[in-house]
Amino acid sequence: MAVYSKTILLKDTNLAQEDRTRDFYTNFLQKLEESSLSELVQVVRVSDIGVYNKGVVIKIMPDNIMYANLKDSDIPRIINTTIKEGKPLDDLELKRTGRQLRIVLRNCGMIDPENIRDYIGVDGYLALKKVLLESTPEKVIEEMKKSGLRGRGGAGFPTWMKWKFARAIAADEKYVICNGDEGDPGAYMDRSVLEGDPHSVIEGMIIAAFAIGATKGYFYIRAEYPLAVERIQKAIEDARTCGLLGQNILGSQFNFDVEVRLGAGAFVCGEETALIASIEGKRGTPRPRPPYPSVKGLWGKPTVINNVETLANIPYIFLKGGDHFAKAGTATSKGTKVFAVTGKVRNSGLVEVPMGITLREIVYDICGGTSSGKQLKAVQTGGPSGGVIPAEYLDTPVDYDNLQKLGSIMGSGGMIIMDEDDCLVDIAKFYLGFCVEESCGKCSPCRIGGTQMLRVLERITEGKGRIEDLDMLRRIAFAMQKASLCALGQTAANPVLSTVRYFEAEYKEHIVNKKCPSHKCSKLASYMIIQDKCKKCGLCQKHCPAGAIPGSREEGYTIKQDRCVKCGQCFEVCKFKAISKE
Amino acid sequence: MEEKAVSIEIKNLVEKWKGKEGNLIMILHEIQNHHGYVPRDISLKLSEMLDVPLARIYEVITFYNYFKLSPPGKHRISVCMGTACYLKGAPSLIEEIKDLLDVEEGKTTKDGLFHLDVVRCLGCCGLSPVLMIDDKVYGKVKKAEIADILAKHGKEG
Repeated sequence: MAVYSKTILLKDTNLAQEDRTRDFYTNFLQKLEESSLSELVQVVRVSDIGVYNKGVVIKIMPDNIMYANLKDSDIPRIINTTIKEGKPLDDLELKRTGRQLRIVLRNCGMIDPENIRDYIGVDGYLALKKVLLESTPEKVIEEMKKSGLRGRGGAGFPTWMKWKFARAIAADEKYVICNGDEGDPGAYMDRSVLEGDPHSVIEGMIIAAFAIGATKGYFYIRAEYPLAVERIQKAIEDARTCGLLGQNILGSQFNFDVEVRLGAGAFVCGEETALIASIEGKRGTPRPRPPYPSVKGLWGKPTVINNVETLANIPYIFLKGGDHFAKAGTATSKGTKVFAVTGKVRNSGLVEVPMGITLREIVYDICGGTSSGKQLKAVQTGGPSGGVIPAEYLDTPVDYDNLQKLGSIMGSGGMIIMDEDDCLVDIAKFYLGFCVEESCGKCSPCRIGGTQMLRVLERITEGKGRIEDLDMLRRIAFAMQKASLCALGQTAANPVLSTVRYFEAEYKEHIVNKKCPSHKCSKLASYMIIQDKCKKCGLCQKHCPAGAIPGSREEGYTIKQDRCVKCGQCFEVCKFKAISKE
Repeated sequence: MEEKAVSIEIKNLVEKWKGKEGNLIMILHEIQNHHGYVPRDISLKLSEMLDVPLARIYEVITFYNYFKLSPPGKHRISVCMGTACYLKGAPSLIEEIKDLLDVEEGKTTKDGLFHLDVVRCLGCCGLSPVLMIDDKVYGKVKKAEIADILAKHGKEG
């Protein structure tokens, strides 16, 4: 294998244009050849380079210099100055705004997650050493208070408080649980951390255990994440071999060990008390709180449950200090948050940003805007428990409190981008359907309320809605919020409430005019043949299951609206786009 | 299944998890992974050995989506209906598979070759819409590609 001293990544970052990298690439190779550098410099055309609409972009590694808007005539200068002499060219250089900040994902992709030495090499377990040998549990909690870290699982409860409550209770046994039951469809940050940096989660967990005085911990991980389970299991064994788990950790008086327990596909098990029931080997149904788990949790003992992302923050806090951590973020929300940006977005993936960044910066500057190039309609955060934020609020700084004010939540960090083609009534129905299916059925507000709301939404998307349905939705939602036993039921109505709040006009369009403005609700669509485009091939007639398309190859075809069942078959099979859907 | 084989298998499992509190779900996981479902005769045996009522075991099995009570098809198709996949057309993929294989969600084809499941998120939303057949993940799937994908797995038998 050839060893290159430099690698150049190349990408044309303009959309809707011919890819110009082919000529640029050949040119570059030729110029390298002329300077007899082709043995030393590798040029790679990549599919994404992380910036957008900046013309031809190259990134020179390992110098990490990025040049944008390049022309062929720039190549000789780049070779002579940057590649040969290692000096940057100021006029070409693209200064990144640098809005991403990696704390939780600091090691993901940088180290070999299956090698504990790699983790130790990047100051891994150093925070633990400092805590065990130089600190006390009280000081640890004090430091956490300074950091201002709030739980990353959804509700944003201050982590230090949870620890303090559990510490205050005297008990012969206490537990720490890592909640890795990431069930929100569209979120996968916990998976990435468990797979990419398992030791940081374990280290965070040991520190938590030390703070509250626990001797036993559990990882509760979805069975759907086999690689995460495998890596955590290996990491636990390695840590045990190195004396980082077990008796007298690092020569101190502290004993702690962990075990892995698997989830089995129940969304409600992300809720603390349901999760505890599941670890106890029972059906994962929640129970009323208080008593909170920090007082009476697993097997009736004080238990702290922290989310994967929360725990991954902890080693960093103790390495750099709580005050340093608190520098990033807003007054009430400190540090960073990892979001899984998906949906109709150009560059979907995980982003880690300091709290307080605006939605616009995340969607446009980091993720390159909508994938379709169409207008952004709304951003959904918080998964099935969250809400929809319309485009006019894109400049809101993202933190726990602001999102809540807008009727959504931070949640675990799913962020779904929707464009003009998405129907918000349909989205609300989708999320509510999820919660109805995942409701454990223990309490009636959630079980019955959810089902009834879903019926109303189905009615609306089928064109049978009544105007008083909007009030009915609000009324049921209110009852669910107030009376449900656990967070699943209390928040299940959020997607409906927020869409009714911001997109009432769209609901009314469905109810009054029986039209879906984004043509998503197929029962409300009407199909017509555009006679100018029709080639009279008869394919639509052949596929129509209702016999609603009379006609012949000579006379042409029409769709009989009263017989049409709105299945959309004709629309899909037509090769000439001669069928309109409205 | 022979009575003897069942006994030994369960005995080993129970031995492995003995003394660990809340072990039922972990034992069921091992049974599910080994057989692809939780057979009734194994549950009966388990109930005896763990000294828990059969109803307790079934109560757990039926609560969690992961555990199945009937044998799966030879190939398991999981179509992701997470939010990203839903927005990008997963429902039409499911319709296409149902049409092609004449099978309902959560059911196995008559020849026992394919089992169709609709799952909530496979955790690779960047590739949406996604479907998985056994351990192979297909990303950015188009409706027109489904027939080819199914044929490929069907041929392997």
